[in-house]
Amino acid sequence: MARENEDAGMAKDAPKTKKQRKNKTKETKTRTVHANTLYDFAKGEENPNRHYANNRIKTTKYTVLSFLPKNLFEQFHRLANVYFVFIALLNFVPVVNTFLPELALAPVLFILSVTAIKDIWEDYRRHRSDKEINHMDCLVYCRAEKGYVEKYWKEVRVGDFIRLRCNEILPADVLLMSSSDPDRLCHIETATLDGETNLKQRQVVRSFFDLDCDFDPLKYNSVIECEKPNNDLNRFRGYIIHQSGRRDALYKENLLLRGCTIRNTEEAVGIVIYAGHETKAMLNNNGPRYKRSKLERQMNVDVFWCVIILLVMCLFAALGHGLWMFQYGDKRPVFDVLSPEGTNLSPIMSAIYLFLTMIIVFQVLIPISLFVSIEIVKICQVYFIHQDTDLYDEETDSHLQCRALNITEDLGQMQYIFSDKTGTLTENKMVFRRCTVAGVEYSHDANAKRIAMYQEMDSEEEECMSHGGTLPRRDSVGSHQSARVVLRSHSTKSHRRTGSRAEAKRASILSKHTAFSSPMEKDITPDPQLLDKVNDCSSQLDFMRLHSQPVSQLPSDLSDIFDFFIALTVCNTVVVSSPNQPRQKVRMRFELKSPVKTIEDFIKRFTPSRLTSGSNNSSSSSLNRSSNKGGSSMLSSPSAESTLTKLNEEQSSGGLEHAFSPAPPSYDEKAFCTPEEGELRYEAESPDEAALVYAARAYKCSLVGRLPDQVTVELPHLGKLNFELLHTLGFDSTRKRMSVVVRHPLTDQITVYTKGADSVIMELIRPPNTGNSKGRRQKKILCRTQNYLNLYAADGLRTLCIAKKVLSKEEYARWLQHHLEAETAIQRREELLFESALRLETNLHLLGATGIEDRLQDGVPETIASLRKAGLQIWVLTGDKQETAVNIAYACKLLDPEEELLTLNADSKEACKLLLEESLHYIQAKFLCSSGDASAKDLHANVSSFEIYPPAPPSSHGASFSVHQLGLVIDGRTLAYALDTSLEDKFLAVARSCRSVLCCRSTPLQKSMVVKLVRNKLKVMTLAIGDGANDVSMIQVADVGVGISGQEGMQAVMASDFALPRFRYLQKLLLVHGHWCYSRLANMILYFFYKNAMFVALIFWYQFYCGFSGSAMIDQWYLIFFNLMFSSFPQLISGTLDRDVSAETLQQLPQLYTSGQNSEEYKPYMFWMNMIDAFYQSLVCFFIPYFTYTDSDVDLFTWGTPITAIALLTILLHLSIETKTWTWMNCLSITFSIALFFTVALCYNASCPTCYPPSNPYWTIQRLLQDPVFYLLCTITPVAALLPRYFYRACHSTLFPNPVQVGRQLDKLPADTRRNILSLSRVKMGSWLSPRPPSLPVGKPQNCVQKDQRSKLAHGDAESVQQGAARPPGPKSCTKNDPLLSEELQPASTKDPSDPSPCSWMTSTPVVAQMDRVQLNLPPSITSPCVAYVRSSEAPLSREQTPPCSHGSEQGAEPALYTVL
Amino acid sequence: MMASSYNAKEEDGHHSGSSSHGGPGAMKSKKPDNTAFKQQRLPAWQPILTAGTVLPAFFVIGLIFIPIGIGLFVTSNNIKEFEIDYTGVEVDSPCYNCAKNFSWNSTSSCLCSVNFTLDQPFESNVYMYYGLSNFYQNHRRYVKSRDDSQLNGVESNLRQPSKECEPYRTSEGLPIAPCGAIANSLFNDTLTLYYYPQNGTKLPVPLTKKGIAWWTDKHVKFRNPGGSANLSIAFQGTAKPVNWRNPVYQLDEDPENNGFINEDFIVWMRTAALPTFRKLYRIIQKKPNTTPTLSSGKYVLEITYNYPVLSFDGRKRMILSTISWMGGKNPFLGIAYITVGSICFFLGVVLLIIHHKYDTRSNSAEIPN
Repeated sequence: MARENEDAGMAKDAPKTKKQRKNKTKETKTRTVHANTLYDFAKGEENPNRHYANNRIKTTKYTVLSFLPKNLFEQFHRLANVYFVFIALLNFVPVVNTFLPELALAPVLFILSVTAIKDIWEDYRRHRSDKEINHMDCLVYCRAEKGYVEKYWKEVRVGDFIRLRCNEILPADVLLMSSSDPDRLCHIETATLDGETNLKQRQVVRSFFDLDCDFDPLKYNSVIECEKPNNDLNRFRGYIIHQSGRRDALYKENLLLRGCTIRNTEEAVGIVIYAGHETKAMLNNNGPRYKRSKLERQMNVDVFWCVIILLVMCLFAALGHGLWMFQYGDKRPVFDVLSPEGTNLSPIMSAIYLFLTMIIVFQVLIPISLFVSIEIVKICQVYFIHQDTDLYDEETDSHLQCRALNITEDLGQMQYIFSDKTGTLTENKMVFRRCTVAGVEYSHDANAKRIAMYQEMDSEEEECMSHGGTLPRRDSVGSHQSARVVLRSHSTKSHRRTGSRAEAKRASILSKHTAFSSPMEKDITPDPQLLDKVNDCSSQLDFMRLHSQPVSQLPSDLSDIFDFFIALTVCNTVVVSSPNQPRQKVRMRFELKSPVKTIEDFIKRFTPSRLTSGSNNSSSSSLNRSSNKGGSSMLSSPSAESTLTKLNEEQSSGGLEHAFSPAPPSYDEKAFCTPEEGELRYEAESPDEAALVYAARAYKCSLVGRLPDQVTVELPHLGKLNFELLHTLGFDSTRKRMSVVVRHPLTDQITVYTKGADSVIMELIRPPNTGNSKGRRQKKILCRTQNYLNLYAADGLRTLCIAKKVLSKEEYARWLQHHLEAETAIQRREELLFESALRLETNLHLLGATGIEDRLQDGVPETIASLRKAGLQIWVLTGDKQETAVNIAYACKLLDPEEELLTLNADSKEACKLLLEESLHYIQAKFLCSSGDASAKDLHANVSSFEIYPPAPPSSHGASFSVHQLGLVIDGRTLAYALDTSLEDKFLAVARSCRSVLCCRSTPLQKSMVVKLVRNKLKVMTLAIGDGANDVSMIQVADVGVGISGQEGMQAVMASDFALPRFRYLQKLLLVHGHWCYSRLANMILYFFYKNAMFVALIFWYQFYCGFSGSAMIDQWYLIFFNLMFSSFPQLISGTLDRDVSAETLQQLPQLYTSGQNSEEYKPYMFWMNMIDAFYQSLVCFFIPYFTYTDSDVDLFTWGTPITAIALLTILLHLSIETKTWTWMNCLSITFSIALFFTVALCYNASCPTCYPPSNPYWTIQRLLQDPVFYLLCTITPVAALLPRYFYRACHSTLFPNPVQVGRQLDKLPADTRRNILSLSRVKMGSWLSPRPPSLPVGKPQNCVQKDQRSKLAHGDAESVQQGAARPPGPKSCTKNDPLLSEELQPASTKDPSDPSPCSWMTSTPVVAQMDRVQLNLPPSITSPCVAYVRSSEAPLSREQTPPCSHGSEQGAEPALYTVL
Repeated sequence: MMASSYNAKEEDGHHSGSSSHGGPGAMKSKKPDNTAFKQQRLPAWQPILTAGTVLPAFFVIGLIFIPIGIGLFVTSNNIKEFEIDYTGVEVDSPCYNCAKNFSWNSTSSCLCSVNFTLDQPFESNVYMYYGLSNFYQNHRRYVKSRDDSQLNGVESNLRQPSKECEPYRTSEGLPIAPCGAIANSLFNDTLTLYYYPQNGTKLPVPLTKKGIAWWTDKHVKFRNPGGSANLSIAFQGTAKPVNWRNPVYQLDEDPENNGFINEDFIVWMRTAALPTFRKLYRIIQKKPNTTPTLSSGKYVLEITYNYPVLSFDGRKRMILSTISWMGGKNPFLGIAYITVGSICFFLGVVLLIIHHKYDTRSNSAEIPN
């Protein structure tokens, strides 16, 4: 769009005067930038750039003046604040007021000022960092000085010329005008922008390409038109208009972005295009994210209920007051005071006034401090999560980042996890494992051993870590004292080993700054056989070169090997840098020629010698035209042109020697002292590329230099070969491949090397002509390669195919012409380029394939296992191919070899629908009927081995959908159909009943769609975790997005709510911190509601005794500060520090996580239970003092003060009952609260005899403290008030202990006993802990029976536990359990066949466990899709079985299923 | 290289001294400190509320509360209290005529006398109260309707009472002293007590009016305005409250008990918490010899009936009571303690049963200890 604008404006604009242009600027969507040098003497008025933002950044929100109004305005966006201010203002109305109006403002002001102070502090910090940034130096051209002068960043304006030196940070978005680099390149590192540490190349604007001398700003008089500032980092469009009227396009390659660092380039000059806040970096900088957590949503509902309760209470009181007034009729009693005007209020009017008064009195019911307290608690929680050493990764020196501050408790409520595979589950360290070339496999056994060694080292390290870390091992710790000793000895030992290794790793990473180059990735052990062949090949080539034989005589397999490695080396975008100066590019230039970059140059290079002389006149003319358009600067290097021509001619005359000629002595000095290959660094954009280049280097075929137009490769016998790089078609995810077009120095042929995903490449291979032997051989190679590819995939390797193609000059020219047209096209450019790439990448010749291993991250299988035990559904969404994904899934225990696999591959929507339906039937048939049998079987399995996990509790997923031992694999294409609105329900029905789901070959969009679907349809909490840019959309869609701050840039992290260094930290983050955060906050919120209701209800009861007049016996000060001061600290402390179960137990018993998933700590009924309890407690707290003082001479506040004290004590004791962990801080805070109340009361009551109307409580508390009745009241009332709760808690945890309570009891045990119990009774723990014990047959009728059984089971457990603890865990104690368990099972399994269950039509269902593979026969009309129920156990394939479902019964089952949906 | 080896060493320190403070945090890495607080490993007591663990608490509470309750109950029962209603609602009651014909506007007092007999002699000090029922002294607007500064003798407030006093702030242009509804509705019955000993003479019972108000009220909170001894001068330019017969400086002859510091007035100004209340009226001092303060026998209560209560269904009472350390007669607290104590004991027994039947797990879990 912008381009069209440009074009429209272009024709008119150029000749017009500047004034008009200025007007134009305001109208159009483009920005015009003039050089400031032209306007230096003209005062600000004249400068056409003056409308643009300058480079001073101000991220602060406020100024000194604007702070108050602006901050208040922002705070009043929160409805609660408005409400409280409204109430405070209401108190200024004399008719309705209850409190001293100024006093009533206090809490609101307090809350507002706390928030304001927080805002000021944050703003001040921003201000300081702004100031620091604004006062950084940079060199700006000054016309007066005729040179560059140092200025502050904030003084840089749009249109300034700035000079940048190496390692300087860019102050603004700058258009590159000149670079000291001979290639007119400038390298930047964008780590601060997107975290990617690899270098990126930027090039000088084409018009200034061939300025030999330094760029002189004074001579610059062009005008730049470009887009308005936007936040797209990867887009920049515009053009530069020279005085001649010629215009050149500008691309993102010309733009240096603010915040990037100049590397590798001594000096660069550019003109500022966007400054300050209009830079792309700043526009991208959108602070922390705000999400509302599930708990908060639930809380808001209850706040709403509170409002309703409040209104009901007020209405009730108003009504009561009206009636009370009414009963006196005309006889006005003396205590009914007239209105200030002396008129009598009618009952109705006074009822209305009273309603408002009651709102003021009862305002505390809506907890004003709740919102602030929650925020404080969340900040503390984030702090603790941050501080956790277990979430700290030593290797990368990074720890967890919480980017979203207000959804910590959501972590404890997750139900579905959507994970990316590469980089998330795996390390994203691509290690070359094996390859196949020309149909011959090279297994690289030594390499495999090497990798295994790394793995071993890692696991060893882990083991040691677990001794020293927080996960003590079962056997090592005897008692606490000895534990310390053992721990120490282990840790020192382990650290001498691991510490140094980890240190070395970190050091290497820190010093190198080079991504994807850990020793594991770099040091590849070559396969000896292949190495021999390579040596053989190059020596033959060397021989041939010496003897001037044509290269084509090389045997085809050898040439394939040769080409294979050349392709590995050349077909990439890896930049080479040298080690001693990490950011210095290695230069290796053969000829001294003008630096040429674009495709036109290559055309030109061909044009004089071949193309013009050739037949293709039209193409050449068009090419010429395009190059003319490209600029006169191109043509201004005739000398280079002629040398090239000469060169070309020489080469074409067939002299191979030239190509082989070693580098002439004139080349850059640095290259001369290029150290041996081992020292070169490769900076790759993707880890695969790096892996392949390192692999090639292991075979002595190493990349030693890359320039825009040439690649230098060093070969063992041949020396340095110089490949002329004609064209690069970069990798993109739709094509899934990349290609380079080079001129082969040996054959002088134009060769296309293509590398890409096997599925894509295999389709593009030229079908072999089976007629001749060569074709047959080719076919065999193809066939074999495909086999090997499958093999690799089965090993979980990432596969890439390498292919090549030789083009004739004419073909190339024809293609090039089209391609150039596509490149210059204005509309549909992307499509045209895609088509053009397609044209090039056909009829390829297969060279070979590689298998790259992406190692699993440490602890991934364990993490997945325990997350799954925690009841989390884990779906893996990956872009990888199915086989690889499945194998990785097996490796990381996502799929279990024990379980069946449902694979869905369809290529039409109908097929997909059928597949889904079949799968549904299958699941139904298998699991619905035989569930009793299955559970019995499960239990047998459980008894026999401890490995089995209890099935994830289905509680939240609807009753009829239990999760089965079933895995679902679906590929991207099928997924696309399945996500269609008509099929998504069925897809979900299938997917939710599977234990694990694996989506392969899925696009980023599909990933986010899957997440969205699950989230919206199943109403579950979702977590998405990923590391790359392709996961961003998924991360954003999920309730909680987690980014892995891995090697693949920071985009995922930027989009995420939490950023983790490694996947395995997810376990602690969710199971421990999530659980804690959730239970803490949930309990705190409930407590808040209780507290306020209890306190307010006291006043409500009083209304019955004061004629509903809105009077309060609690002094206004106590009433107003009760929430803010007297009762706030303990709940903050327990909201921050309380932990129900220890971290260790939470990790060892992931089942405890389900309490958060099912919102067990805060269910809707709990709010009401708390309310009822609050009302009960307030009744007690009101009526005990009432009856004590009834018909006595007690006055209002002498009676109210004890009630306040009692209420405070009750509330604090209530908190003590709810507090699970007592640290000194809890005790301190409670003591402090009580002390604070009495101190304040004593001071307040002694301070002033006449102040504080109307309560004037002078000397009240002092008298009370002398009164024994006060103490008697304070003793009995809290006890009586809390008795029911205390009793309930005790009984509940004894009679119906929930898993968390069991966990707490386990916590109390000494560490070794606990571990014994956990290891011994894992199965039984599961049966205890999972809401529906798997041991119970489905048919059991009564609940009480279940309970009985469970307790019996628990009893049995206890016995075994006791035994297990008493003596070492031996088989005896296990066998003792057996009869008990099997006894229970017997009826279930025997009963099952005769069970007249509703699906008895399925009784013929085979025992699927014995079946290896079930092939569902689809109607013949659909041929391609197939459902394969694969059971990949080692059990021999016993029989093929068709599902026993008849069609009629299918139809019967279907509606039943969908009604459930 | 040096750096890395140094770091490795440092980490060893970190791990071995995990419970101590986390070593010098000078390490450049971002590794969080390994302190108990930051790692949320503060030493903690983790009570688990199960039947077994809370059992003792219930029994202990029960065992403590029941004796206390019995003690309180006995104490309360030892207090002697006599109450007589003289409102005059019933036709046959002596004050029926007074009650019927009386309103705030009446100018003359109505006299009536009530006879009663004390069955038991009252030992020690006897407190004489007047009690009002259904009188909402705690009404929100009523409670507010006073000016504490005025009552504290602040001159400016004497002349310009607080707005809270409206509509009892001014009367015919003059500021009311004391202003407000509370003062306006001052209880103004006069009660006198006579004893009829066996010989038939009528002996007045000596009633002390000093010391019925809080000391702090009398001496700190309430103060007469101006330094002059003559109160009528001090209160010049103020009007009496509408319902009053006499201005505030004629409440009593005793200058120490007149004006704002009149103790009856002070007692009235301390607004009652509940609609049925009593206020201390007089104290019958204990006699120095062994004779009881009020011996049993016939008494007559003479009432100057000034205070109308029938308009709001109120009742007026006279109460004679001795007090103990816990105040007046009130068996409730004792009963409450006994009840709560018993409930605790009972629940304790229930828990014991539960514990024995169901709570074996935690028991057995603790055995390996």
